[in-house]
Amino acid sequence: MALSDAQLERYSRNVILKEIGVKGQKKLLAGKVLIVGAGGLGAPAAMYLAAAGVGVLGLADADRVDLSNLQRQIIHATPDVGKPKVASARETIQALNPDVEVRTLEGLVQADNVLELVADYDFVIDGTDNFPAKFLINDACVLAGKPFSHAGIIRFKGQTTTWVPGQGACYRCLFVAPPPPDAVPTCRQAGVVGALAGVLGSLQAMEAVKYLTGVGQLLTGRLLTFDALSMDFRTIKVARRPNCAVCGPTPTILRPVDLQPAVCDLKAAKTA
Amino acid sequence: MDIIVSGVKKTFAEGLTVAQLLIEEKVESPEYVTVAVNEEFVEGEAKAARILTSGDQVEFLYFMGGGR
Ligand SMILES: [Zn+2]
Repeated sequence: MALSDAQLERYSRNVILKEIGVKGQKKLLAGKVLIVGAGGLGAPAAMYLAAAGVGVLGLADADRVDLSNLQRQIIHATPDVGKPKVASARETIQALNPDVEVRTLEGLVQADNVLELVADYDFVIDGTDNFPAKFLINDACVLAGKPFSHAGIIRFKGQTTTWVPGQGACYRCLFVAPPPPDAVPTCRQAGVVGALAGVLGSLQAMEAVKYLTGVGQLLTGRLLTFDALSMDFRTIKVARRPNCAVCGPTPTILRPVDLQPAVCDLKAAKTA
Repeated sequence: MDIIVSGVKKTFAEGLTVAQLLIEEKVESPEYVTVAVNEEFVEGEAKAARILTSGDQVEFLYFMGGGR
């Protein structure tokens, strides 16, 4: 289908790029991206992908907007406190760009629904805030052959990598298994700067745009690390782990498995 | 000998092992840090056994669990 006049104007800064053009914009409009977690990473990722005209955005999040979220989760605003995050995010996206179809799951992404969920999308963005969820998304995407962007943030630092079937290390190649609960701090315990979440979430959106349009080199086989204090960006080449439990030649993980989140997070989640 | 640690060239005494480098570099909670030498993972007991040589490129990968 041809782009309407309004679309040509709305997406003119995309279309004018020779790497994207009308053809690339049509790919974005036909693209489907799932964002797991409508928070610090998911908020900027969802907003940039909505603005770019990605046709379908899936949002999965079980939480409601809390006042302490607004320091970084820019898809939500003060009147949204108390609303389900997916409902608040949907409203922001629809106001930003009515071209985008928003599909929401107000609930946890777990072993029993993750494969079904990712199956409907071209690309997945991991915007979750805990290791069990990050490993679950990795395993599900590897098992389903679904390209995805991983990211993690803490304090002033963040890192991200992209996995595409057959290309480079998966998250489990980098980190074999989640650390024991509470061995490594989460943002809730350690803090995080909002703009840092914006940097990493925007990088994840960038990867989704590149994947959908086929432009440039993805962060496959590389871990990009960002230290906001020193303003150092590095990309570290990472090899596949020959005996990776999920992407290796003799995998032992054959289906997604739920792992326990950190105890303090569970308590905090219940009181949130 | 010179070793590239997280992209920075540093000088160490000969015979340094990966386990000793983790201490020298004051890596926090090293048991939860992935170590790669020349893009090869060095794990568990191999950290104490692996002697670094001049020109080795060492990377530390840290868990970052936040996102929301
Ligand atoms: Zn792997």
